[in-house]
Amino acid sequence: MRALRFLLRKEFLQIFRDHVILGMLFVMPLGQLLILANAATFEVRSARLYVVDHDHTPASRGLTDRLAASGRFVLTAASPSSARADQAMLARQTDAILVIPTGFERDLVRQRRAEVQFILNAEDGAAAGVLQSYASRIFAAYSAELSARVTPTLASISARADLPPRRGGPIIEIRRRGWYNPELEYLDFMVPGILVVLVTVVGTLLTAMNIVREKEAGTLDQLNVTPIRRSTFIAAKLIPLWSLALLDLALGLILAHFAFGVPVRGSLGLVFGGAAIYLLAALGVGLWISTIAETQQQAMFVTFSIVMIYLLMSGLFTPVRGMPVWAQWAAQLNPVTHFIRLIRTVLLKGAGPADVAPQLAMLAAIGGVVLTLAVRQYRKRAA
Amino acid sequence: MNTTALAAFMTKEVRHILRDRQTLTILLLLPLAMVVLFGYALRSDVNEVRLALVDPAPDYATAALRGRFAGNDRFRIVATPATTAKLEPLFRRGDVDVAIVFEPGFAARLAEGTSARLLLVGDASDPNTGSTMQAYATAVIAGYQAELGSAGAGVQIVSRTRMRYNPTLESVNLFVPGLIALVLTLVSALMTAISLSREKERGTLEVLLVSPLRPWQIILGKVLPYLLLAFVNVVTALLAAWVVFRVPFRGSLPLLLVASMLYSLVSLALGVLVAAVTTSQRAAMIGALVGTMLPNELLSGMIFPISSMPDWLRPVTAVIPARWFIVIARGIMLKGVGLEYLWRAHLVLLLMLAVFLALAIRSFRPRLA
Amino acid sequence: MTAVIDVHELTRRFGRFTAVDAISFDVKAGEVFGFLGANGAGKTTAIKMLIGLLVPTSGRASVAGFDVLTRAEDVRRHIGYMSQRFSLYEDLTVRENITLYGGIYGLSDAEIRGRGDALIEGLGLGHASLERVAALPLGWKQKLAFSVALLHRPAVVFLDEPTSGVDPITRRQFWEMIYAAAARGTTVFVTTHYLDEAEYCDRVSIMVDGRIGALGTPDELKREYSDATLEEVFVRLARPAA
Repeated sequence: MRALRFLLRKEFLQIFRDHVILGMLFVMPLGQLLILANAATFEVRSARLYVVDHDHTPASRGLTDRLAASGRFVLTAASPSSARADQAMLARQTDAILVIPTGFERDLVRQRRAEVQFILNAEDGAAAGVLQSYASRIFAAYSAELSARVTPTLASISARADLPPRRGGPIIEIRRRGWYNPELEYLDFMVPGILVVLVTVVGTLLTAMNIVREKEAGTLDQLNVTPIRRSTFIAAKLIPLWSLALLDLALGLILAHFAFGVPVRGSLGLVFGGAAIYLLAALGVGLWISTIAETQQQAMFVTFSIVMIYLLMSGLFTPVRGMPVWAQWAAQLNPVTHFIRLIRTVLLKGAGPADVAPQLAMLAAIGGVVLTLAVRQYRKRAA
Repeated sequence: MNTTALAAFMTKEVRHILRDRQTLTILLLLPLAMVVLFGYALRSDVNEVRLALVDPAPDYATAALRGRFAGNDRFRIVATPATTAKLEPLFRRGDVDVAIVFEPGFAARLAEGTSARLLLVGDASDPNTGSTMQAYATAVIAGYQAELGSAGAGVQIVSRTRMRYNPTLESVNLFVPGLIALVLTLVSALMTAISLSREKERGTLEVLLVSPLRPWQIILGKVLPYLLLAFVNVVTALLAAWVVFRVPFRGSLPLLLVASMLYSLVSLALGVLVAAVTTSQRAAMIGALVGTMLPNELLSGMIFPISSMPDWLRPVTAVIPARWFIVIARGIMLKGVGLEYLWRAHLVLLLMLAVFLALAIRSFRPRLA
Repeated sequence: MTAVIDVHELTRRFGRFTAVDAISFDVKAGEVFGFLGANGAGKTTAIKMLIGLLVPTSGRASVAGFDVLTRAEDVRRHIGYMSQRFSLYEDLTVRENITLYGGIYGLSDAEIRGRGDALIEGLGLGHASLERVAALPLGWKQKLAFSVALLHRPAVVFLDEPTSGVDPITRRQFWEMIYAAAARGTTVFVTTHYLDEAEYCDRVSIMVDGRIGALGTPDELKREYSDATLEEVFVRLARPAA
């Protein structure tokens, strides 16, 4: 055990003398967090709307006004030509096209039903779905408003809870609550995740390159002829970066809370406890790769491929529950999945130890397996 | 111009690459693996909403609504706690997505024409899926209500909504262009940075610099083999996307390939630049990796739409080459447009190429001075 | 005198290639033993087996009384090693390298300090002890590596081409250090390409194509082959194979 003390000293000395590593560990993640936290959102800002109104009646103008007044759509152009609207969309000058056919108002009054065409640019994906639901609500609200005017005794089907109840048809009034994130702040949801990503990428990379670097420099053999035990060696390689990554995470959380307003509703102790176990698993993978790789380049490639797969499959960007069953099973083996879930539920929902016990258990299991593999894999003597 | 020297140099580079079997395998298989993996796994869609129902005073209306949800494939009723208080732990553990709490006397109020109330609680910690799931639930409730009051219902505006270029909102259609960009960056920027910085570190670069080869020839020799590799990767990725996922391809394939090569060149130039300004192989690797790949994933529009970003951030994305490539790739694949709409993006990429190359060549020159 | 290194039919194969072919020899305590051979003759492979970096294919060997196959950890405690390539930490200072290896080999803090001081003074590195090793010239690095290998007073020290690339004066100093160590009872197992240095050894062996082509004192070998210098003996033995 005494040997461990000396090895740790050497590792820390080397890290603190290496500006590159320090920069990577601290400047990069925190700097990138600041920028990227602002980028990671699916929130849809106002969308540009192109209106092709063939009707030119108060009803059609009313609809257009409602859309513009909602704050979600910005009226950028209007013309009688659908073809021009299509061109505008091809040229990315508009995000949505509303086509109101002739006879819109007439149909509403006579048949109580009228159709419009609403075309969305789905090129960038998620936004289109969100825009669709905004628009649906606006159409429904306008429908309700018109209903009230056309037949004042009938109630409306609407999501506007402030409409006074009227005699006539049945009304179901829906009160909505969004728990944990009533403002639907993307930051709260994404920032902890991004922080974890950044720290993980950097930590795992550095750990993976660590042993290989000694291999390449020739200093590894010098250690291999000494009586150091394998577990001591692995521990000495793991602990310094592990503790620094934990520190990194702490700094990141401070930043997240004070710069981005991410709430801390649960116990920070639980977050760090979970982080400690998580990092053992994540860095352990890096170590294991390091024992297999021959060159730094290989180590880096393999690590990066694995880390990238981790991240994209972890539920950070897309929900795990949306994945096919086999992918969900694979995600269970991914320590990032569990830790992101843990950090989100503790910070946003105030979850306690009992709530995140399954995550902690999985993290501990993965960490145990990976570290055992690393120790086993590392041979002082080539076969 | 010494063409034989250049040819000999390139041959050596190619041999070098071919000899490193491990890396080569990864480089060839990775794009394939990624397209298939992510195509299957990365979805923004919501498959199933886990529902909790709190119904303290069940009656025919609440039973009917409950039946609606039970019969709806989108929903799975996972709990029926007796009180609202019991919901909290369920949400906290992440066992429930949406909960509906019925007010006592629900049916009675419906019958007398006063509003019957229910509480719709959603787990909004993920704002994206949270609002989608609430919308689904609302739709079911609205459907029931519409049925109840179908006689003499009010006015209805029906919208025929069309999602252009990606009618089914298939996530994979959106990710594939971004994945191609990612893979190209990996192969081009990263590999070049490593290769060049390794020569720098070993001292073999100096030998090259004092040879008859000019700096631009050295860079060219280093870069061309990886360009070839990148080309193979693009073709593989596109094939995989088309065969496995039927990702649409409405535009010109040659144009897309040309654009891919252009983007590759930009990444390659970037890789050279990184190698030139860093002092060790390790720093070059890490610089190329974290400096290009992470911003690529987050700021290029691959996953998060640029239109969603705050106003100050959007101009920043303009300096990220991948962003422009994604515009081109999506334009060609999903919209079927050509240069007439995409010329600007191409121009930007060309400009970036010129700038990076100039900087890279300049950084190698002082050695000879 | 007891054999500190005892090798019997030691063999190492890589696939179909036999790098070390059933070599046998022994080295007595306090000897300075020169392990010679052309490049590729199998010297480094043989050393790696003796110091526990490579598993032998067959045969046996014992170092400091412990079998290299079954008691490798014990072997490691009793040996020192200086590899061909400089393998101390360049980003650590002289003092820090000393402290590290002292600690790894289980020396007490007082021992580390005391022996460290002596080492630094002995090498005349007092002015540079707090400097990074990377700043030292090659000759000093080699001497430092050698001294660190001896820090824990091992029974045997293995030196793989310790003087390559070093100027003649430093080479001379190096051999003085080797003699001093041998005089203290440390067995020195050294490989070298400088055959004038080989003349300083008590006994030498010459490896040819994985086998031991010659074994004996320098004088014995020169007599046997009627050559004036060891270099001529070496060339005579190694040439047919080259």
